[in-house]
Amino acid sequence: MKRRFRVWRGDASGGDLRDFDVEVNEGEVVLDIIHRLQATETPDLACRWNCKAGKCGSCSMEINGKPRLGCMTRMSTFEENETITITPIRTFPVIRDLVTDVSFNYEKARETPAFAPPAGVAPGEYRMQQVDVERSQEFRKCIECFLCQNTCHVIRDHDENKPAFSGPRYFIRAAELDMHPLDSLEDRKEYAQSSQGLGFCNITKCCTEVCPEHIKITDNAIIPMKERVVDRRYDPLVWLGRKIFRRDQLENMAPSSTVGVAGTSGGVPNSSVRPPENAPTGPDGHLDVSELLAPQQGGMSPFGDDMTFPMAPEQVTYHHPDPDRPAGH
Amino acid sequence: MTTTATTPGGGKARAAIAARTLRTDRWWLAPLVTFIGLGAWVTYATVRVFMHDWFFVPEYHYLTPFYSPCITDLCTGEAAMFGTPLPSFFLLPEAAFTLPFLLLFRLTCYYYRKAYYRAFWLSPPACAVPDGHKSYSGETRFPLIFQNAHRYAFYAAVIISVINTWDAVVAQKTGLGLGNIILWVNVIMLWAYTLSCHSCRHIAGGRLKHFSKHPVRYRFWTFVSKLNTRHMQLAWITLGTLALTDFYIMGLAADWFNDLRIIN
Ligand code: SF4
Ligand code: SF4
Ligand code: FES
Repeated sequence: MKRRFRVWRGDASGGDLRDFDVEVNEGEVVLDIIHRLQATETPDLACRWNCKAGKCGSCSMEINGKPRLGCMTRMSTFEENETITITPIRTFPVIRDLVTDVSFNYEKARETPAFAPPAGVAPGEYRMQQVDVERSQEFRKCIECFLCQNTCHVIRDHDENKPAFSGPRYFIRAAELDMHPLDSLEDRKEYAQSSQGLGFCNITKCCTEVCPEHIKITDNAIIPMKERVVDRRYDPLVWLGRKIFRRDQLENMAPSSTVGVAGTSGGVPNSSVRPPENAPTGPDGHLDVSELLAPQQGGMSPFGDDMTFPMAPEQVTYHHPDPDRPAGH
Repeated sequence: MTTTATTPGGGKARAAIAARTLRTDRWWLAPLVTFIGLGAWVTYATVRVFMHDWFFVPEYHYLTPFYSPCITDLCTGEAAMFGTPLPSFFLLPEAAFTLPFLLLFRLTCYYYRKAYYRAFWLSPPACAVPDGHKSYSGETRFPLIFQNAHRYAFYAAVIISVINTWDAVVAQKTGLGLGNIILWVNVIMLWAYTLSCHSCRHIAGGRLKHFSKHPVRYRFWTFVSKLNTRHMQLAWITLGTLALTDFYIMGLAADWFNDLRIIN
């Protein structure tokens, strides 16, 4: 049965929604339809995907205006005569078709101070109790699909907030580490408020609504972080309690001095020998669709393009095993 | 670095999509219901608070939560359990000491914030529907930075819940009627709402780094966390029970109907 799809096609210089009628079979998901389009009408339709199991976070797109994973959105959830509109996620610059440049998120990730174990505890010596680490574990389910980042109106509708706002994905990272029993950085609350822009969030919960991993981003990470900031900044009772009992973990926190990935929390930057590089583009500035431009169909030959097959027998360095000879000779 | 329109890090334009939202479901329904619900409740409460009448039923000692504790000269006899330090004035609610804190508690509540930011302020009206405002600074500066004061409102709300409980206890002196049951249901729901507060969850144990070192607080945190997942429902339920309790007592005080007595 054919169904009507509208898919956004274009790049940073512009684009529009195109109509397609595509065959849909039972049990298929939206990503299957994209693949069918690639196999039939639009071989150069760009789309990111990897696992098709909702675990790699690559196939984020907007389906009928809702941020979803293409591979986890079943076609059976739509009416038979419904037109399904598929667009790239809006908040980030588009590269082509459904592929967007999500490097904003990687930059914010790099700015967030990494896990910092207490001094003198080597990897392999970490010991903690399950009750203590449980809250942090919820946030480890994140597959970095960035749907929450895309939905958050703070940057979706106000691009100018991007420098000051890290987004829900990095609030759960901050909460994960601040709640982690073995993390020794004391200034994560300050950091979240002053450098990550926690105050921009008005807890309208759209991040929680779209998270495919069902992480309770707002209730379990953002609000607890906001409350922790209140401890630090706005609560005289807690302050008094700290003075009287002198045993609170918050006692000796200094204001944040952590900037980016500098210092102990930074780890080893760019441990790979190969520096980051841009994708290769053709003279028209577009990424090559190799199958269309290459001299032969299919992937490039691992033997090099100057080899022709079949090779002459004398060029082949291959010795057929002689069945009459005993093994080992 | 080669900068072309389609290389990552090159062009920084978003996809040109003309429609403001492509959502096809009824995304406007939830904010609309919230708008009507909250609007209706606030109207009812305002009318009632400034009615200055029909708030006490002397024979059964029922005092409506909207007038508790009753502290102006209008409060006569047993209604004035805490004395009447304030004069009666039409702009002054009878519960002038507590209503501002209750208002503050609900206004800064993490659930109501979501509800009115979406339904009244349209920031955003629904997910992936554009914010109705040109610029946005969230809760980073005056006046919204005062949302961080939610914790103090919570402390006040605990005290007020104790007073409401006391109201239900003293009403118990005269047997049992439907009014008593309504008062108790209201008080229990008010406690559930107050204890399910996100600030309460934080104070109870959320702020700890090592639960294993504080087993009692951990159990309390677990309990509050369970309630906390129902915070939205409790917020609406208490609006309902508050209005119902008040309406029932207003009806009795105005002689519209009689209390359904079970004992005495
Ligand atoms: S709850 Fe906060 S972080 Fe999440 S989408 Fe809303 S504003 Fe953004
Ligand atoms: S928190 Fe959820 S929505 Fe956000 S990136 Fe992780 S998995 Fe995706
Ligand atoms: S393809 Fe991996 S999450 Fe969809």
